[in-house]
Amino acid sequence: MKDRKGPIKDRKPLASKRKHKGLAASTEWAILSAMSTDSVYRQEDCRFEYDREDLVGRLGSILDDPQALITSEEALRAYETDGLSAYRELPVAAVIPRSVEQVCAILRLCQELKVPVVARGAGTSLSAGALPHPQGLLLSLARFNRILEIDAERRIARVEPGVRNLAVSEVAAPHGLYYAPDPSSQIACTIGGNIAENAGGVHCLKYGLTVHNVLEVTLATMDGELVTFGGAGEEGPGCDLLPAIIGSEGMLGVVLEATVQLLPEPPCRRVMLGAFETVEQAGDAVADIIAAGIIPAGLEMMDGPAIRAAEDFVAAGYPVDAAAILICELDGMPAEADAQVERVRAVMEDHGAGEVRVAADESEAQRLWAGRKAAFPAVGRISPDYYCMDGTIPRKHLATVLARMREMASEYGLRVVNVFHAGDGNLHPLVLYDANVPGELERTEELGGKILELCVAMGGTITGEHGVGMEKINQMCVQFSDAEREQFLALKRAFDPDGLLNPGKGVPSLNRCAEFGAMHVHGGKLPLPDLDRF
Amino acid sequence: MTANVDHGEEIRARVEAAFQAGRPLVPTGHGSKRFLDSDREGEVLSLAQHRGIVKHEPTELILTARAGTPLAEIEAALAEAGQMLAFEPPRFAGHGTLGGAVATGLAGPRRPFAGRVRDFVLGTRFVNGRGEALRFGGEVMKNVAGYDVSRLMVGAMGSLGVLLEITLKVLPRPECERALVLELGPEEAFRHVAAWEAEGLPVSGSAHDGLRLHLRLSGAESAVAEAVRRTGGENDSPGFWEALRDHELDWFRNLDGPPWRVVLPAGRRLPEGLAKRVLADWNGRQLWLDRVDDPVRLEEAAAAVGGSLMRFGACGRGGQRRPEARPGRERLERRVKEAFDPAGILNSGAN
Repeated sequence: MKDRKGPIKDRKPLASKRKHKGLAASTEWAILSAMSTDSVYRQEDCRFEYDREDLVGRLGSILDDPQALITSEEALRAYETDGLSAYRELPVAAVIPRSVEQVCAILRLCQELKVPVVARGAGTSLSAGALPHPQGLLLSLARFNRILEIDAERRIARVEPGVRNLAVSEVAAPHGLYYAPDPSSQIACTIGGNIAENAGGVHCLKYGLTVHNVLEVTLATMDGELVTFGGAGEEGPGCDLLPAIIGSEGMLGVVLEATVQLLPEPPCRRVMLGAFETVEQAGDAVADIIAAGIIPAGLEMMDGPAIRAAEDFVAAGYPVDAAAILICELDGMPAEADAQVERVRAVMEDHGAGEVRVAADESEAQRLWAGRKAAFPAVGRISPDYYCMDGTIPRKHLATVLARMREMASEYGLRVVNVFHAGDGNLHPLVLYDANVPGELERTEELGGKILELCVAMGGTITGEHGVGMEKINQMCVQFSDAEREQFLALKRAFDPDGLLNPGKGVPSLNRCAEFGAMHVHGGKLPLPDLDRF
Repeated sequence: MTANVDHGEEIRARVEAAFQAGRPLVPTGHGSKRFLDSDREGEVLSLAQHRGIVKHEPTELILTARAGTPLAEIEAALAEAGQMLAFEPPRFAGHGTLGGAVATGLAGPRRPFAGRVRDFVLGTRFVNGRGEALRFGGEVMKNVAGYDVSRLMVGAMGSLGVLLEITLKVLPRPECERALVLELGPEEAFRHVAAWEAEGLPVSGSAHDGLRLHLRLSGAESAVAEAVRRTGGENDSPGFWEALRDHELDWFRNLDGPPWRVVLPAGRRLPEGLAKRVLADWNGRQLWLDRVDDPVRLEEAAAAVGGSLMRFGACGRGGQRRPEARPGRERLERRVKEAFDPAGILNSGAN
């Protein structure tokens, strides 16, 4: 959510309006399918046929609360997009159930009628994971916002899916505990959404992603059955489906409860900043910090434009003439953290850091972090719009990839600003554009796609923590072979044989990849920029 | 020394042939953990020759090796670069391959402090039950493209695919390690260790043999020295932690039949008196029990606190007990198995 500036213009205003005209008549479905050429959904993903009035009527009797069932176009607008506001669709209806029983009944009904279902937490997905399906039901989990249990002695929290990420750490704090994954949207995003996306954050290298911090998940399957995964039975040998659930982008089931582990607050944290004259020096310093046997709690890089934008916005005290800065957080027992600070300082200086600054106290530490945390909104102030990418590469290729991205951006006549989780090799290039300039969004999306393909070519991946969703579905064709994608689809069918949960996202069909491949260099080879197409 | 050769294509072809003929296969490494499911049937598909470290990049914290690579070889290569496998996989009778460690999902004493086996799996290459060689995950720390199929392989006992290659996250070897013994009863010991851990002390092992607490501290020299000042304790006998990991302590030599293994959720305990001899690892979360008078009572006690129970060895997977019967989950597990192995030829009957 924080990662996107909005609103940008709806690319398909006509399509969205037309879709909802006359929805009352179930015979409209044929027309809807025909319209889906205007949609980001493909026609093959919009072939659901059911009686809408029957659906709405039966939902009403399940919910038993008129406010929990939304069918008017005005009210549905609230759900038409998520953190990736370039994509918009109106669902047929939205429901806001209160109880597990209601969710199961809704799913059973949708299974019976073959109605697509898109689950939604806070709607902060940056890959359109929560984008509604034009023929589907939007299932909001906003009312599942209770923290069911905090057990400080066992260091666990049992929560409903609509609980905000930060709320877990807030209630754990009095016990000296916290929940480690901290995506930048943590003030708003929910644990259910975090599980769907396997969300990360700035402390992953040392403390892991969502998959490392979730112990147990209770899921409702599409046929309305509750199944619990994880727990002490999953300590090998024995099949453990929990890792398949985490990061499954709402395509295998609907998370209704999760038990997460809480970590003790480290006795001390040290935050330091190193400023470099070139991005390459900073990139090499990152590799050598790790090579020195140090696992920082956080290791972030910002390039020149990001430094200046952040400084203008929050006055973090960053050196504005640096080409790159590294922000490094070290934690542990005081003697250990202090020793590591000195070793990191030495590595930074070896790589030509002009300035190395260690925060003297907590408030200075917070100030150093503030610039990084405000980097996306700060970039939002220097450009009408920006597009936030999310690829991961092996750390050693940081400098090469950054240089190549600069070249590609200039070929497209666009600017790219870089803020990223350097310790994980997780890039967040922000492509700056203006949605009011015709064709600029399309060009931005194409550059974004090329950047992701560059990540794959360098041995990385098209998404480190934001998910595939609708946004990166074409790039899945580049990263995986037909047989691998078919294996994903087979796994999906094991949970959801009729393909009703979040259809059209995450894993592309063979057809989609065939079409994408036809206009694209294939096989993981780096496609040459093709300016002729503009 | 055996040559390191890529037999991946041969293995793939054998699986494909078996798929076409509907002939069950039993993927095997060193066979050091075969007792975990000795009742499986089929033609042995040995991975022992498919070995060798494919890639080790210390600054990327990754290592990729073929499934048949001996754990000892991997640990030696990592040690040279000052690194280690943080999940500390056991090597029974000195044997064990990387593929076997991942397929069984068994972790050693560091598990509660460093993580599970699957926490360190970044990517895999495997042959599914149709004889297709597939690659999932990769060599980077963060990767959410597609379902996390690689981590699904952990603990699956080869029933979803024949592992060819595994990429792991590896960690720096701690600068300093101290092994101590403390005269504390089990309950008191586990409470102390949990408190020390919460205070940031670098605990990397906590086991109780019924008489004393064995405590391991690993980290920067300064941190370990400070920790020892706070915990107190005498030096432990050398080699205790490796012997615990590999079941070579006297405790295991004096077993009266295969021990029972109970894994408990964090902070849960079993009542006393269920077995004559108990060895508690993982700060009380993994229990080894010998001379159990009443297995049914043990099973009920484990289930009551959400623990899992298995007879560790010599009785096949019939010994595996889940915390509770979960029909919905078992149905999904069956369907996932079919999604990877439609003909049911891989380690058939397992899981």
